Amino acid sequence: MAEFTLPANSRVGKGKTVKAEGATNTKAFHVYRWNPDDGENPRMDTFEVDMDTCGPMVLDALIKIKNEMDPTLTFRRSCREGVCGSCAMNIDGENTLACTKAIGDGKNVSITPLPSREVVKDLVPDLTDFYAQYASIKPWMQTQSVTPERERLQSREDREKLDGLYECILCACCSTSCPSYWWNGDKYLGPAILLQSYRWLIDSRDEATGERLDDLEDPFRLYRCHTIMNCANACPKGLNPAKAINEIKMMMVERRS
Amino acid sequence: MATTGRPKSPHLQVYKFRMHMFTSIMHRVMGMALVFGAVLLAWWLSAIATGADYFHTVSVYAASPFGRLVLFGLTFALMQHLAGGIRYLYTDTGKLLSLKANTNSATFTWVFSAIATLVIWTAAYSVMGVLL
Repeated sequence: MAEFTLPANSRVGKGKTVKAEGATNTKAFHVYRWNPDDGENPRMDTFEVDMDTCGPMVLDALIKIKNEMDPTLTFRRSCREGVCGSCAMNIDGENTLACTKAIGDGKNVSITPLPSREVVKDLVPDLTDFYAQYASIKPWMQTQSVTPERERLQSREDREKLDGLYECILCACCSTSCPSYWWNGDKYLGPAILLQSYRWLIDSRDEATGERLDDLEDPFRLYRCHTIMNCANACPKGLNPAKAINEIKMMMVERRS
Repeated sequence: MATTGRPKSPHLQVYKFRMHMFTSIMHRVMGMALVFGAVLLAWWLSAIATGADYFHTVSVYAASPFGRLVLFGLTFALMQHLAGGIRYLYTDTGKLLSLKANTNSATFTWVFSAIATLVIWTAAYSVMGVLL
């Protein structure tokens, strides 16, 4: 069900402010904090970061805060170049990757975890359901035909159908930007998983198209998409999950007729 | 959520409302307003069936400043829901799904509903006069 407000234990309070000693060019980073060990509600801490000694990206600022101001700040990061998808978070109200998001010109930057997920600690959301949903679509090539002696070949045209799909890094920016996924994330697969699903549906080498469509023919798994388009607007890789979902819906109609 | 003690991360509270998201949510809100409008329409129709006196009473309510405000609002809701509905028919056929076309079409639904509402009311006043 749609829950527009946060439960009592999730309301965000005011936190501490850490100043940058001796710095002249500073920017305030408001960062969501929650410590599972102290029994308190989440809070927004403010870190005034010296921009003269900080890298250009939001992730640079977070690493600087962790190194120099508060080593307890917890967040995921790995590749720092938009390939791994670990540092997905909500920055200034929109989901994106901290590593490829430039620090804006504004006076401050607001950072919260990916929306409507359980928080493990600080900026780390629990994505267990998300990965389970990914596994549920069987994201691998399924075939019945005799295994050929060499690779299964594909025409250039068929290969091009995978462009705009194979680039997905499963960072969950799109799924956690989707209001439908906020309200029905336990039953609706969400944009990322449906884009991945379409990636296998449209693959000329996959032979389980019918079974895959059968699995999606459900009031919730596919049809909770209402074309709100937050997914496509959030995707840090410039992909369009809404379009992929629409293609699946059209495949459903086509096979009925 | 309470089962683990973990908080739920903020969603509506922090997410930036851009045109496409605002228009989508307002489509729902307008739809709910129209359900309320359908009840009023049913009341008006049953007033016709009841008789001239009662119909006159209802017409006085409808023509009062508050009544007109409600009807004006319902006209806008109907036009916005109509434009939004047609926009969704397009997206269902795979069109208007690029970021730019989608945002522009969302903006267009508001321009359309504002103009259409004013046109309808201007026409109504010029044809019917300022009744009652």
